[in-house]
Amino acid sequence: MHKRPYLIRRYYPSDRFNHWFVAITFILVALSGLALFHPAFFFLSHLLGGGPWTRILHPFIGVVMFVAFLVLAFRFWGDNFFTGKDRQWIRQMDDVVSNREEKLPPVGRYNAGQKLFFWTMVTSILLLLISGILIWQPYFAPYVPIIVIRVAVLVHALSAFVAITGLIVHIYAAIWVKGSVEAMTRGTVTGAWARQHHLDWYRKMKNGEIRGHDHY
Amino acid sequence: MALQSLDIQRRSATTTPSPDIRQNTQTTKVAKLIDVSKCIGCKACQAACMEWNDIRDEIGTCVGVYDNPPNLSAESWTVMRFSEVELEEGKLEWLIRKDGCMHCADPGCLKACPSPGAIVQYANGIVDFHEENCIGCGYCITGCPFDVPRISQKDNKAYKCTLCSDRVAVGMEPACIKSCPTGALVFGSKEDMIHHAEGRITDLKERGYQNAGLYDPKGVGGTHVMYVLQHADKPGIYSNLPKDPHISPLVSLWKGITKPLMSAGLGLAALVGFFHYVTVGPNEVKEGEIERAEEEDI
Repeated sequence: MHKRPYLIRRYYPSDRFNHWFVAITFILVALSGLALFHPAFFFLSHLLGGGPWTRILHPFIGVVMFVAFLVLAFRFWGDNFFTGKDRQWIRQMDDVVSNREEKLPPVGRYNAGQKLFFWTMVTSILLLLISGILIWQPYFAPYVPIIVIRVAVLVHALSAFVAITGLIVHIYAAIWVKGSVEAMTRGTVTGAWARQHHLDWYRKMKNGEIRGHDHY
Repeated sequence: MALQSLDIQRRSATTTPSPDIRQNTQTTKVAKLIDVSKCIGCKACQAACMEWNDIRDEIGTCVGVYDNPPNLSAESWTVMRFSEVELEEGKLEWLIRKDGCMHCADPGCLKACPSPGAIVQYANGIVDFHEENCIGCGYCITGCPFDVPRISQKDNKAYKCTLCSDRVAVGMEPACIKSCPTGALVFGSKEDMIHHAEGRITDLKERGYQNAGLYDPKGVGGTHVMYVLQHADKPGIYSNLPKDPHISPLVSLWKGITKPLMSAGLGLAALVGFFHYVTVGPNEVKEGEIERAEEEDI
């Protein structure tokens, strides 16, 4: 008889709600934003009901996403500071992409790639908010000097590119590292998953330093 | 197919060629010539513009100068701008410039517009907004080197001078030209207008305006609205007419190389992921790890 695997709680329901709320709103702003970025993507404007609706809704959804992201960022902030081990992890990027995880230094709650993604999103989403407000028609843009608008549209496009590229890597990493998706859908990972990918975090959990140990 | 004079040369947010079966027939490029030295500031052209296009701006208040309305708006597609200049001591000049869309050969509005077909450039050179396709994003304002397009607060659509494309299409001159009592406004082929301007410039030079010249800025590929200026070396004195207008490098970067480059970058990121998965393969929990974790389990 197959024994049910030993599970460790990684995310509380509120974490998951927050994450997926950001995810859904991010997808909506990303796709509607791409519609206005390149003609090849203009068909995506139909997602929100056509060109004018895209122009109307995109900024509002963006602000909602920012607020939700802000909460998420504060939740995960403390676990995302870089350490010496992270620098070593990044230096061994070839081992990372080749699945030679045993050669890497032990990882805490997040590895260097996840931390990099976190700070990439913090920076780019903040830039998107500021530049987005400056070019927001018809509420703010009419009062902003043209040179500022021209800088803002460029910053908005560049930071959107960085954020969307970051998201693609984030989604791929979740598909690539088996057992990760369950962390955000069910809240738990197996003990073996935690031990292999986040040894330091696993040990802390075992020693009861962090709450969240759970048996199903 | 559109009337020949309205054949489309360029269309906003469109990456495939516009219909150009007649391209070889060499549609005549048109131009409006505004001779500032002949303008008396009567604003008949403003009234004619309102009347032909059936638009009425809100009645404003006096702002202390003759400019009325004080600026271009969604309902005022042309506006007289008055400036009092004293280039030589004791010699006051009252320069009156009819402002409006310059109909650039390289239009920044069209380059910036994200909505397919909301801005078109006809083969005769007229740059026209098709408001039914406009989404109200304001990118045309961002792209314009002359600060011309305005978004209506009523319908959130962008408006500007059409060079009376509807009149020109049927062989008539724009409404403003028709109304001008002094001949400061003339309309015809761009070639003829340049020729006409040359005569005027020679005349002005004979009368002591050594720097008289034609304003047809090359930075935007030339314009289909041109000025004869008494002081062509100082266009700035005509209510800040830009000396060397061009599409801002920021706009060129935003709507130029970044568009294909970043779009390709996103596609590439997804492809790299896919090929990583089918070559290196997923990162799965190793057998030994499960046993080790179970041993350590309480």
